[in-house]
Amino acid sequence: MADASSQIARTVATAPPGPFREFWSSFKENRGAVIGLVIFASFLLIAIAAPLLAPYTPNAQFRDHLLQPPVWEAGGSWQFPLGTDPLGRDMLSRLLYGARFSFLIGLVVVGIASFFGVVIGVLAGFAPRWGDTLIMRVMDIVLSFPSLLLALVLVAILGPSLINAMIAISIVLQPHFVRLTRAAVLSERGRDYVTAARVAGAGPIRIMFRTVLPNCLGPIIVQAALSFSTAVLDAAALGFLGMGAQPPTPEWGTMLAEAREFILRAWWVVTFPGLCILVTVLAINLMGDGLRDALDPKLKRS
Amino acid sequence: MLSFLFRRLLTFLPTFFGVTVVSFAFIRLIPGDPILLLAGERGVSPERYKELSEQMGFDRPLWAQYLEYLGGLFQGDLGTSFVTKKPVVTEFFALFPATLELSICAILLAVALGIPAGVIAAVNRGKFFDQALMTTALIGYSMPIFWWALLLIIVFSSGLGWTPVSGRISLMYFFDTPTGFMLIDSLLSGQKGAFLSAVRHLILPTIVLATIPLAVIARQTRSAMLEVLGEDYVRTARAKGLAPLRVNGLHALRNAMIPVVTVIGLSVGTLLAGAILTETIFSWPGIGKWMVDSIFRRDYQVVQGGLLLIATIVMIVNLSVDVLYGFINPKIRKG
Repeated sequence: MADASSQIARTVATAPPGPFREFWSSFKENRGAVIGLVIFASFLLIAIAAPLLAPYTPNAQFRDHLLQPPVWEAGGSWQFPLGTDPLGRDMLSRLLYGARFSFLIGLVVVGIASFFGVVIGVLAGFAPRWGDTLIMRVMDIVLSFPSLLLALVLVAILGPSLINAMIAISIVLQPHFVRLTRAAVLSERGRDYVTAARVAGAGPIRIMFRTVLPNCLGPIIVQAALSFSTAVLDAAALGFLGMGAQPPTPEWGTMLAEAREFILRAWWVVTFPGLCILVTVLAINLMGDGLRDALDPKLKRS
Repeated sequence: MLSFLFRRLLTFLPTFFGVTVVSFAFIRLIPGDPILLLAGERGVSPERYKELSEQMGFDRPLWAQYLEYLGGLFQGDLGTSFVTKKPVVTEFFALFPATLELSICAILLAVALGIPAGVIAAVNRGKFFDQALMTTALIGYSMPIFWWALLLIIVFSSGLGWTPVSGRISLMYFFDTPTGFMLIDSLLSGQKGAFLSAVRHLILPTIVLATIPLAVIARQTRSAMLEVLGEDYVRTARAKGLAPLRVNGLHALRNAMIPVVTVIGLSVGTLLAGAILTETIFSWPGIGKWMVDSIFRRDYQVVQGGLLLIATIVMIVNLSVDVLYGFINPKIRKG
């Protein structure tokens, strides 16, 4: 696939496209992926610019405006476009600030899980048989627990907070990176270029991380994208169960938990935070599908 | 085949022991004195403390504690709840049918809708139906199900008044529950309307729990079908002039089912994770809600026991799926 396209490129253009150009040309073919990227980028901008965009600070309370409906409902006003919550806080401001937490969670969790997962996975791929078996059995153990349950229990041990929720979710997600990296390393390890590097005198660390790892990155990047959405979802679920970010943090899952008892009276306090979670996760999954098609033609869409 | 079975079992055992180590370590990893933690906010007198410490074996070395824990496990002793004073195993098996009933209904719904959706999408590849179905599937796959549950409650319970908000059956009905499955027990009870009430209570939790498996099954069926539809024998079947329904339904789907069945089997973990949220929201008295409640009540013996039992169930199901898969597909056995 890569060979064919670069050959065509060589006959048509003067220089073959770089890896990024090649990736982009196949990524942009996928309309869904581009839509996902646009939504994701706008959420990222919102997260960064939240203090500029938000009309109020997320925890400012307006005692005269408890549970005020959104502007288009009877009783709503432009003062609070998406209404207010049971404590009289502006929904729009809280949702905008909430974007920051989701991105923070996604970045931190994917960062921790992929870093340790990739390092352990590469080590497993190069380890002697007993070491490989040991590592993979430990990963099997982690994977035997339903992810959300294990995360809940880990938070129960560590104590409920946003940071501990992120650590717990990282631990739960990390085995997937280990498995994927190990599988990719095992298929690359026997190639000629690795032997060549070894003959040329490259040390084991260099072979592992400079020679082999870059050739395994495709599936890892796809997994990172998908893990980002899992992290956002699981953190929101933990927040919803009261084991993630604690009130008054404007994290979307926590906001839902706080709003739960008002669902029959004020639909907006429940609807908007969940909608934000859904749209963010959907955008990331759309991008993930596009990434998979672009980076790893061998993996089918599933 | 036998050696394949043996090899798979050989990887199962160390994992199982690993899981026992994790659940054993759980209480000991919680910061603070385990006995004070178990006693909760009421606290304990020094005499009671000593008694408990001896009873639970916290005064002995760690390896001795672990061996004792393992010994208890093999006699079916997973400790006792500090709140209800009942054995954890008894509580688990009293609540498990509720989770099982909900999970079975959810997976049936997911299969009944997911496989046809996947087939229709694959057969209409790239056309409107495919795009609409796959967009829906991706939305389902991205759904925060705890929010989805709340939305359904807003629309169907409070808006339209069609379905109840919580529980397994209306409080009007009292009867014995010999099987633990409300659908069966309500029929056995012979009380008028009991079965209908049980069904109405099941609808929303089933939809919520089925959402993600449904999306996964639809996506998986589509991609498996697409692969099979490109095979020579399908083209031959078409060339022979077989009706499209026969080609797609009989020839293609049967072979596409292998990966789909695997996905269904492996979604047990997803279902149990989903049950935690679904049961909490709908006050469904199953093991998911039981685990969450126990974590909040700091009933750590229950959490420890439940963790082990749930992981064991997931492991056994995954093992069975693997073995079944090896049985269907000889290539796997070599691996």
